[in-house]
Amino acid sequence: MRKSSEPQNEMLKGTLDMMILRTLVGGDAHGHTIAKVIERTSEDLLEVEQGSLYPALHRLEDRRWVSSYWGASENNRKAKFYRLTAEGRKQLVRETSRWRQMTRAIGLVMGEEGGAQ
Amino acid sequence: MSWMRFLHRKRSDSELQDEIDTFLTEETADNEARGMSPDEARRQARLKFGNPQKVRESLWVQNTPQRLAGIARDVKYAFRALSRTPGFSIVAIVVMALCLGAATSLFTVVRSVLLRPLPFRDPARLVMVYEHFRGGELSYHPVAPADFYDWRSKTRGFEDMAIMRSAGYNLTGVRNELPESVDAEAGSANLFSLLGVQPALGRDFTEADDQRGSAVVMLTWSVFERRFAGDAKIVGGQIHLDGKPYTVAGVLPSWFTYPNAGIELWVPYKADASAEMLQHHDWHGSQVVARLRPDVSLASAIAQVGAVQYQNHLLYPNDPVAEDVVSRSLNEDLAGDVKKPLTLMLSAVGCMLLIGCLNVANLLVARGAARQKEVAIRSALGAQRATLIREQMAESVVICAAGGMGGVLLSLGATEWLAKTWKDLPTAQSIHMDGAVIVLACALMFAAALIAGLLPALSTTGKSMLKALQTSVRTGSSSVSRTALRKSLLTAEIGITVVLLAAAGLLLKSFMQLRAANMGCVIDNTITLQYNLPGKEYDTPEKQNAFNEELLAQVKAMPGVRGAALGTTVPGTGYWGTDEFTVKEHPPLKVGEHLPNAMTRWVDPGYFSALGIPLVSGRFFTSDERVARSYKVIVSRQFAQQYFTGEDPIGKHLHIPGRAHDGAPNLMDWEIVGVVGDILYQVGKEPKATIYFPILEGRGGAMLVVHTATDPLQFSVPLQKQIASLNPELPVSDVLTMKQIIGASLVNASLSATLVLAFAILSLILASVGLYGVLSYLTTQRTSELGIRMALGAQRDQLLQLMLMDGLTPALSGLGLGLVMSFATTRIFQSMLFGTKPLDPVVLSGVIATLLAVAVLACLAPAWRASRLDPMKALRTE
Repeated sequence: MRKSSEPQNEMLKGTLDMMILRTLVGGDAHGHTIAKVIERTSEDLLEVEQGSLYPALHRLEDRRWVSSYWGASENNRKAKFYRLTAEGRKQLVRETSRWRQMTRAIGLVMGEEGGAQ
Repeated sequence: MSWMRFLHRKRSDSELQDEIDTFLTEETADNEARGMSPDEARRQARLKFGNPQKVRESLWVQNTPQRLAGIARDVKYAFRALSRTPGFSIVAIVVMALCLGAATSLFTVVRSVLLRPLPFRDPARLVMVYEHFRGGELSYHPVAPADFYDWRSKTRGFEDMAIMRSAGYNLTGVRNELPESVDAEAGSANLFSLLGVQPALGRDFTEADDQRGSAVVMLTWSVFERRFAGDAKIVGGQIHLDGKPYTVAGVLPSWFTYPNAGIELWVPYKADASAEMLQHHDWHGSQVVARLRPDVSLASAIAQVGAVQYQNHLLYPNDPVAEDVVSRSLNEDLAGDVKKPLTLMLSAVGCMLLIGCLNVANLLVARGAARQKEVAIRSALGAQRATLIREQMAESVVICAAGGMGGVLLSLGATEWLAKTWKDLPTAQSIHMDGAVIVLACALMFAAALIAGLLPALSTTGKSMLKALQTSVRTGSSSVSRTALRKSLLTAEIGITVVLLAAAGLLLKSFMQLRAANMGCVIDNTITLQYNLPGKEYDTPEKQNAFNEELLAQVKAMPGVRGAALGTTVPGTGYWGTDEFTVKEHPPLKVGEHLPNAMTRWVDPGYFSALGIPLVSGRFFTSDERVARSYKVIVSRQFAQQYFTGEDPIGKHLHIPGRAHDGAPNLMDWEIVGVVGDILYQVGKEPKATIYFPILEGRGGAMLVVHTATDPLQFSVPLQKQIASLNPELPVSDVLTMKQIIGASLVNASLSATLVLAFAILSLILASVGLYGVLSYLTTQRTSELGIRMALGAQRDQLLQLMLMDGLTPALSGLGLGLVMSFATTRIFQSMLFGTKPLDPVVLSGVIATLLAVAVLACLAPAWRASRLDPMKALRTE
């Protein structure tokens, strides 16, 4: 199970920041929610490695793309919530357009290759 | 930003822990909602999260600058390693502290004295100009004012030129303050503006002040504070110099201590100069400072002045007028005589620092050997060489940093002591540490760390390192290259030590010779004091003689006084002055030939007998030879030998252009009536031809020398009272015994000898510690080999010999190397030696004997231990 999920995780690494930002568009969330949303939206194809989620959140906060505050979770527990900042929104736009270009390029390459075969 | 993260990483870690807790509880709650049992829910949540420690670590790493963390870790390891061997660490740190401290102190002095620009405006363009007599060696001859006025009016290379000379006054109070004699300088009106100095109070001298007979004065800050209590009202007021009222024009700023801190007053140059003094081209006694034009090179400006001077030389062929001029920067001029000893000491301290580094390097190589296996395994596992080197360097960096800090503290005290003890140091600038010195100390520290650490680190991490894994310890061959490294370090160490020892030995011998020098007169139980009769009150030779003779008679009558003498100066107090002359009975000099010159002194008839200077031939002065009947001179033995080879000087006449008979400017002939023994005008200088004139010719300033039956210092107060009874207004200065005078002139020789000797001894100790260390290490390395030798029947004294030779080889090659180096280096400071020469056999054999003795002693203990090994135990050691 672990082994099979690794390729997805490798993929995830470069795009985790972007996906976190995208998740936060829907509203402020704490770490657990963010992980759950990503997994659920990807139909459980992507598994968020906790080892990289929290460093990524802190990194985004350092870059001021997200801000954080302590609040109460849905179950009324103390949790650290993250919120997308204006700067983060711009960053998300940049990342998304770069991602689109990339997937299109890869798609083109793969399509041509596939056609040749 | 990253620094903020770094500083707050503890807080962000605890926040992260909270977040992790939240995650786990949320996940557990979700799992429970899915219907798991509470235990299973928590287990699954933990499984999903993985290792929270790992998350914390990765965030911690993310928040830490990696390079910094690496360095911090290395330093921490180095601290641990050093605190495991406190003995080694303390020795190494103390060694580095001593070496770095000494180096920092000396550099502080060098920087203040030789390197730091003067606090004047644009000091790089300030030069001192001196006269130079061609033919002789380069000498900086004081300038005659008449020459200076020609230079200033006829050349264009300098923006301006100013002249000054030293003077002295009796400062008497208007409200019953004690009289005192003060050192003063007379400077031309443009001097201060040329230097770029503004008076702190009042005004500068003007051209109108700089005329004969003017009576204005500028106070330096020290006399203003001390004598006039810093009261600004003194500006414009009057003070009394030599009984004459002077108007205070201004006060100089407190930082202005040029040409030295002892100067208390400035008067205009011409104020009390005689008309002929200003007109004569042979009245050498002034200093000229000039400011170069920005667009003119020094060489061409000096060439212009030189051309003017050569014209003067041609104009006055019979006077001692120099043909040429020379210049040197103001800074160099102030540093003057201390430049050479200072450079010598700086080199000595540099050698010591190098030895200290080599020693620490040597000790570190030995420590490195202990970690040989560890390093080899790590590098086999893929550790980068740079990392390994960095790790090992950390130790030497820590040692040097600790040593450097200790050294800087040490040098704070040492610098102060040095500045106080070294009398020759120019005090124009205060000597203290500043930012640049601290920066240099840090640079030295890192250089030392590099030298001490890099060699051992390179040697333990080299490719040969991998062999350490292959070879067994028993063969004992794995460390051959490192032993060779240690031996060559040692050879270098001993070589430098030998150079230092040789230098110290030569300086010490010079100092001993100086101390033992025969002054040519009585030294024990003699006290001297100086006074100057004010010209206003004692305006005729008769009045001056009356005072002088009365004083002599009264002092001679004091109980306990064996004899008293009066002269312008006493032996050992310096050069004083010279006159040029020709011998009337000799054929005239060829055109262009130099006039001979001799030192001049004025003495009373009883001077020679009171000071125990022997009469060689002829007679002493009589008390009848005074004022107009005084045209007789006595010459020294050196004079007679130099200028009257093979003939009798008695009855011959000296034609002295600078000493015309009173009222008869064309009469300049003085008859020689006697020849006396030589005296040393300064300890360490060869006796010089001297002419003695009768003091009864009439002179206002004199030095009283009293030869007493008992401790001369007891007489200092009674003598001053005696003078006060004759004239209560007359200040007395320089109350010193002859021993003190001679001692004072030896202070500098003794200081350089002592310091260099101290450095040499310290280096010797370091070298012997190194020798001991290497041989001890070698003995442990070869234990099993020695065991085998013993088992095969080697005798103990054979082993002793073997080990001893092993240690003495580097010592001997170091000795050879050092001797060769010292032949080259001791020549450099030849001029500082007295009564000895660079290749002094006594000193050199002393050095060789000392070094061999110390080397044998250092080697004996480990060699002895080796020879006493129990062969069975030795064979079993791994």
